[in-house]
Amino acid sequence: MTIKGKAYIAGIYEHPTRHAPDKSTAQLHAEVAKGAIEDAGLSKDDVDGYFCAGDAPGGAWPMVDYLGLNTKKLSHVDSTETGGCSYIIHLGHAAEAIAAGKCSIALITLAGKPRTGVMPPRAAGAELDFEAAYGATTHNAYGMCAMRHMHDYGTTSEQLAWIKVAASHHAQYNPHAMLKDVVTVEDVLNSPMISDPLHRMDCCVVSDGGGALIVTTPEIAKSLKKPQVRLIGHGEAMKGPRGGKDLDLTYSAGVWSGPRAFEEAGITPKDIKYASIYDSFTITVLMQLEDLGFCKKGEGGKFVADGNLISGVGKLPFNTDGGGLCSNHPVNRGGMTKIIEAVRQLRGEAHPKVQVRNCDLAIAHGTGGLLGVRHAASTAILERV
Amino acid sequence: MGDAKKYPAPVTSAETAPFWDAAKQGKFMIKRCTACGEAHYFPRAICPFCFSDKTVWEESSGEGTIYTYSLMRKSPTGPYAIGYVTLKEGPSLQTNFVDCDLTTLKIGQRVKVVWKSTDGAPLPFFTPV
Repeated sequence: MTIKGKAYIAGIYEHPTRHAPDKSTAQLHAEVAKGAIEDAGLSKDDVDGYFCAGDAPGGAWPMVDYLGLNTKKLSHVDSTETGGCSYIIHLGHAAEAIAAGKCSIALITLAGKPRTGVMPPRAAGAELDFEAAYGATTHNAYGMCAMRHMHDYGTTSEQLAWIKVAASHHAQYNPHAMLKDVVTVEDVLNSPMISDPLHRMDCCVVSDGGGALIVTTPEIAKSLKKPQVRLIGHGEAMKGPRGGKDLDLTYSAGVWSGPRAFEEAGITPKDIKYASIYDSFTITVLMQLEDLGFCKKGEGGKFVADGNLISGVGKLPFNTDGGGLCSNHPVNRGGMTKIIEAVRQLRGEAHPKVQVRNCDLAIAHGTGGLLGVRHAASTAILERV
Repeated sequence: MGDAKKYPAPVTSAETAPFWDAAKQGKFMIKRCTACGEAHYFPRAICPFCFSDKTVWEESSGEGTIYTYSLMRKSPTGPYAIGYVTLKEGPSLQTNFVDCDLTTLKIGQRVKVVWKSTDGAPLPFFTPV
């Protein structure tokens, strides 16, 4: 069985806010849900599947109740929590549920306010006593990956900086982006060192906000007015130190989720016209591009250099909204906005300055958790019909 | 350096209590599976490689090399260096590097275990040899 072509993304919505002290987290979920449902041209009472992750206050059943979803109709829920890539996993799970006839109009929401207040702590795993004291944070966990990648493959800070430079070229056209100024490699290298070897400009922004998707059947999608975008391949995977054997922090679980998605889609990385790649840090992008097969392992530095990720300039336009590095990173989770910008590209709704011509195949890929500790990855391959 | 830092006491569990009891004696323990022969860390009752329950405690040399590290330049308790050590016995583990000039750490550098006290059992850290 395959989900290829069995589910369409019919509605998308990205909250324009980047700072929301005047709103509640549940309210932001409701606002993005409303936005995506209206974008699809549907109504709330049509929704029969609901997907949310750890950012949804109280989880699925309080959210279903708060949103006032039609509980007589709602026949499928999924609150899979895999950090920032949860929503890419949800997209695949929604397609599975739709293909199996468990629901026909699925709503996926993400929202939260890390910029406004303290985020609730994540429940501890069995590793607690053996790791908590060492202060792993996003910055240093990804710093550890970058340090080893540089050691093994000669990757440089200049090469990593090109990823931020490319994102900034795109962000200048996004009126909602937090950081709209175009930056240079020198600007990145001259920004303060946060956790070696990552500089401040190697790091994404912290923002409030959110986003939502409507995923539906081919039949319903074809009855709606929006350009049709369908899911043709999906993969998910996890990776961790696993008892400490053969530790290798230079690759992510994308080495498994990527090939699963490409195989299902029946295409290769060469066919991709636009790539949304989770950019919590510059090193995140570089490792994932290698893991997905856009270049060989260890050659990511060369691949991203000299503007190769800039739309209209390089071979692989990426994160044309400015991504997490420049636009936003709602709830410290980048998966949702990765899907949304990929759909915009496929619909032809990206900003004209960054719209990829004849964009018929796109990838949205992300990781969740800490790349340098333990994490999940998910890959979605999308096609314009 | 870092000695004034207050570290959290391990909660401990029935599964890991022997590790913390040994830590109080200054012994750094790992687990080895007698079915597949592989050592692992942190310790589990069931081998994460072959899923056998024939795992036994073994004292580690507490010596290894730095696999990777990152120097966190600022934090509420000051700079600290997080990293992974690959033990002589094989397993790699997450730790902090302490009691040294944090700016001179290098991948491949030899390190050994040192213990830092908490309100409960001490915690293992590593320092250059």
